[in-house]
Amino acid sequence: MLDWWYWMVSLLLPFQWVEHTFMKNALLAVLLATPLFGILGTMVVSSRMAFFSDSLGHGAFIGITIGTIVGGLSPLKGTIIFSVIFAIIITVIKNKSKTSPDTIIGVFASTAVALGLVMMSFGGGFNKFSSFLIGDLLSIAPLEIIMLFGVFVGVILLWLVIFNKLLIISINPSLAGSRGINTLFIEILFSSVLAVVVAMTIHWVGLLMINSLLVLPAAAARNITINVRQYHFVAVFSAIFSGVTGLILSYYLNSATGSTIVLISAMLFFATFTIRGRFVN
Amino acid sequence: MIAYNRNSCPRNENDCNRLCCTKIEKFNVAIGKTQILQDVNIHIHCGELTALIGTNGAGKSTLLKAILGEVEHSGRVKYFDAKGVRGGQLSIGYVPQYLNFDLSTPTSVLDLFMACTTKMPSWLTSSQSIRSRVSQSLEKVKAEHLINQRLGALSGGELQRILLALALDPIPDLLLLDEPVSGIDQNGLELFYNIVSELRQNYDLSIILVSHDLGLVEKYADRVILLNKTVICNGTPREVFNDDLTRKQFGMLLQQQNTKGKTRSVAERSGF
Repeated sequence: MLDWWYWMVSLLLPFQWVEHTFMKNALLAVLLATPLFGILGTMVVSSRMAFFSDSLGHGAFIGITIGTIVGGLSPLKGTIIFSVIFAIIITVIKNKSKTSPDTIIGVFASTAVALGLVMMSFGGGFNKFSSFLIGDLLSIAPLEIIMLFGVFVGVILLWLVIFNKLLIISINPSLAGSRGINTLFIEILFSSVLAVVVAMTIHWVGLLMINSLLVLPAAAARNITINVRQYHFVAVFSAIFSGVTGLILSYYLNSATGSTIVLISAMLFFATFTIRGRFVN
Repeated sequence: MIAYNRNSCPRNENDCNRLCCTKIEKFNVAIGKTQILQDVNIHIHCGELTALIGTNGAGKSTLLKAILGEVEHSGRVKYFDAKGVRGGQLSIGYVPQYLNFDLSTPTSVLDLFMACTTKMPSWLTSSQSIRSRVSQSLEKVKAEHLINQRLGALSGGELQRILLALALDPIPDLLLLDEPVSGIDQNGLELFYNIVSELRQNYDLSIILVSHDLGLVEKYADRVILLNKTVICNGTPREVFNDDLTRKQFGMLLQQQNTKGKTRSVAERSGF
């Protein structure tokens, strides 16, 4: 299925770190997933949804548990379904109630984790879940990469259609309402897509790290950009750069891949933070 | 509470035989048990700048939001075109008092316009035709030089003009402006009134402007409405400002307008 990719990588990248097939798979997964994180991250940061996207990982946690313990539902499907339900519930309640959003998100995230942990203790042992916390990028299978490609295309198409509306909502929801935008619908759509991407990638990146991948590239880009196009370009570039660099470094350092990628992202953030005065007045 | 003698105030109930007009009929707004607006009837002609004045809490901003449909209300807005025929859906442009947004957002004026008025995703491209269209919109408010400016770097007056340009794309039947109480310097305010008054003539727009600056109202408005829960006085600036009711409500402010020299002593006496 991915023979063309293996052939291409062997031809173009005659390095030791991509000799193994699992590294070729991981490289392709990184090249597909990190641009998504960069793109979606722009609006996560602009709409102040960093805490929300963090809680999506916790929502996915229940899905993982149920998918693992209850038969008939693969962990991946379980994770996706529960993350999306979780995201929609939070978005709707956030819009309908007067309680502050971070309180609502906090309530749901902790409930989700507690529920997941309790179910896990019935399911016998926490060992098989540790990989979800830390993630294992090198375990990615070709079929999962194909699915990731589908999500990649879907997100780009969706981004062409809803980005303008999301941008206005992120600037001011009342302004969006006065321009005839159905803010709740767009927000639900965005948070569901976010949930799907988080659920798809949480196995490889890990619950603890997933949110950093969403927030850091966009946060770094904000330091040095003044319009939407620059913002996207820099966010996507820094996401891909930290993804590939992190993957290579983790191979040689023998460190956890997700965490290594996040560290590179964090360094980019601090680097851009120190020079932001030159770009943003 | 509203037991004023209404006879002393001129009432203008011209019907719109020739001009197009907007009628606001029997607007009532209550939030909980508090009646905020009661039986508000306003009649606005196209090409006129109508200033809405009143003390704090008189319901000026609420009236605008009720017309927009953002606040629950009873009563109707009717729009008639030049032939006096009931027009179709009334399109409304709105410039809010404040736009609360994250000042660090990496969004330019061009991005905001593209997002609001086109389907072209602003992250993808900005074609020359879109750019020149936005530039034309900005020219109307004398802000074409701000097209690449970051939103967070705009001054209060500049942002207000940008929002005005947005409200004018597409040109609405009725334009609602909520003037900020603070944050704009006198020059910026004067420029804003200038632009609005030009627009009214060029586009035959009906404009309702919530205003706090009676001096500028006197200079630019065609019609003034004094609001306090309901319409207390309605007429030309001269009529309204010379009215007893207005004097009662705005006594001190008007005194400031009329006798600028004595302003300080008046303010000091009233403990400002």
